[in-house]
Amino acid sequence: MSDVLIVAEHRRGEIRDVSYELVTAGRELADATGGDLHLAVVSGDVDEFATRLNLDGVDAIHTVDYGEEFNHDVYAQATCALVDDIDPQFVLMPNSVNGLDYAPAVANRLDLPLVSDAVGMTFDGGLTVTREMYGSKVETTIEVDAERATVTIRGGEWKATDADGDADIAAFDFAPDESAINSTVTGFEEVAGGDVDIADADVLVSVGRGIEDEENIELVEELADALGATLSSSRPIVDNGWLPKNRQVGQSGKVVTPKVYIAVGISGAVQHVAGMKGSETIVAINTDPNAPIFDIADYGVVGDLFEVVPELIDEFQ
Amino acid sequence: MKVLVTVKEVAEVEDDFEIADLDVDPRYLEYDLNEWDEYAVESAVQLAEAADEEVEVVSVTIGPERSEETIRMALAKGVDRAVRVWDDDIEAAEFLDVASKVRLLEAVVAEEDPDIVLSGVQAHDTGFGATGVALADAIGFEWGAVVNALDIEGVLNDGVARVHRELEGGIEELTEIDLPAVLTIQTGINEPRYASLRGIRQAQSKEIAPKTLSDLGLDFSAVESELFLTDMYEPETESDATYFEGDAGEQAAALASALREKGVGAE
Ligand SMILES: Cc1cc2nc3c(=O)[nH]c(=O)nc-3n(C[C@H](O)[C@H](O)[C@H](O)COP(=O)(O)OP(=O)(O)OC[C@H]3O[C@@H](n4cnc5c(N)ncnc54)[C@H](O)[C@@H]3O)c2cc1C
Ligand SMILES: Nc1ncnc2c1ncn2[C@@H]1O[C@H](COP(=O)(O)O)[C@@H](O)[C@H]1O
Repeated sequence: MSDVLIVAEHRRGEIRDVSYELVTAGRELADATGGDLHLAVVSGDVDEFATRLNLDGVDAIHTVDYGEEFNHDVYAQATCALVDDIDPQFVLMPNSVNGLDYAPAVANRLDLPLVSDAVGMTFDGGLTVTREMYGSKVETTIEVDAERATVTIRGGEWKATDADGDADIAAFDFAPDESAINSTVTGFEEVAGGDVDIADADVLVSVGRGIEDEENIELVEELADALGATLSSSRPIVDNGWLPKNRQVGQSGKVVTPKVYIAVGISGAVQHVAGMKGSETIVAINTDPNAPIFDIADYGVVGDLFEVVPELIDEFQ
Repeated sequence: MKVLVTVKEVAEVEDDFEIADLDVDPRYLEYDLNEWDEYAVESAVQLAEAADEEVEVVSVTIGPERSEETIRMALAKGVDRAVRVWDDDIEAAEFLDVASKVRLLEAVVAEEDPDIVLSGVQAHDTGFGATGVALADAIGFEWGAVVNALDIEGVLNDGVARVHRELEGGIEELTEIDLPAVLTIQTGINEPRYASLRGIRQAQSKEIAPKTLSDLGLDFSAVESELFLTDMYEPETESDATYFEGDAGEQAAALASALREKGVGAE
């Protein structure tokens, strides 16, 4: 009952980074509970995945050889069946788009509490989870007053485990209730390439909701021109149709690593930061001194972009 | 046909704020319709407009009286009527976790008997990102999370929601979901309309039905959570940023020289 179960994630033949981070988070938790760490790998080339996920700290790997790609009905059923079999205390899943497509169903079906988007966990007789609120402006601790629980972990918060391990690998005997699989993945689509690849740029001027109006986009375009930079943006700018999708930086847009990234009126939401934190130098211009973007910035200007940007353009003309 | 859309009033924190006890001091909070739900409302209204038959769009909110202002915004944009769940027991609940909210929403679904439920991907303030999918499982609906394209004709004519689910890294998954279903709607799926003056006027006379736990056949145990929020604090800043002081001109000049050092703007 003190065991921990983690569910790995893969997509189109690739194991996703968060799987390696789950191993670290799961091992830490299992050390605290004094239990074993079980890893489940569901669908796809499970034998190949199991070999690659045979990592330091994993005690047992359970393969569920059913289907190719992620299907939430299969994942939910398989995870619940494994929980029945293994009887773990905690189930850890990724807080990814697919994680959010089955973890809440697992929690509901097993009648377990769910703490999503964990950025930290401690266990001292009971589980305490750290998570953020209000767009990363505050952190909270959530105490779980239950013997068992499900948690989804945020990507990039735990180090990846890459050292090899010697887990027992076994095929899990699983036959899903196919009448309860009522969704079908019919394909994948890559979103618009288009005229520019922001991932190629050395310098990006990136604009966020602080720009307020479509007509103000011109101002940051001017800045980009003056700096010889390429224009990119956060999601709301693309959602509003003010810039095309191929300009979006972040989790569901492009991952960029320019020499200089200048965030203008961008708060620094986790899904945005996921796409630009690898930039060499990060500059943030924002009226809010508490904006999370400043946590990862090298240079900060606390100020109104409508005052600062025109001055900056002047400096380079 | 009936569409139920879940609508949350979210709190946004002002630039400077203080924490009082276990939450941001309400003096520093402003309330608004959750961004993701705004897109869900638009999808629901578009479904109704595209249908030949009568489609009713009902919204449901778990929230105090204050949230009626937010609900009116949804009504002004075309939601036909609203349900608002609240009472003293819910008010007194320590922490409305996903499971608690699902118990309340499940009871509303039982009363309303919708064919499709639209929710947002996440609530901007608490960010659990889980209510829609958990609700689906509780009410025995199929579901799809993070939907950024929806074929309305399929929903109206074929009993199937053909959707795109927006995965990470610019990849979308094409999925067919049998109805009845819960879809969690992602921003950008549509262009939420502005409320017209006429819409705003009409919203004043649309129904917002209040529901208590007992109205829904529940008692306080429905909002007893196993999760407790025990602390809230401003995260220690990990920032080692160099800040440029002075007026805008001085800040820009200092930033410009830092940028030039990095080779920016060099001919
Ligand atoms: C599944 C999922 C995927 C997502 N994928 C992405 C993604 O790929 N990319 C992405 O960016 N987001 C993504 N998001 C959305 C993300 O959560 C945020 O909503 C978004 O990044 C916020 O954009 P923003 O910073 O421009 O806007 P806001 O958060 O609204 O921030 C605006 C900022 O501008 C500042 N500001 C206002 N006025 C001024 C002024 N005059 N001068 C200077 N500063 C000013 C404000 O202080 C504020 O910090 C995703 C969300 C989900 C749930
Ligand atoms: N109090 C609430 N009242 C109505 N709907 C809610 C409430 N909380 C969450 N939801 C719905 O569930 C979605 C996801 O919220 P969450 O799981 O809390 O991040 C939101 O976008 C809403 O559509």
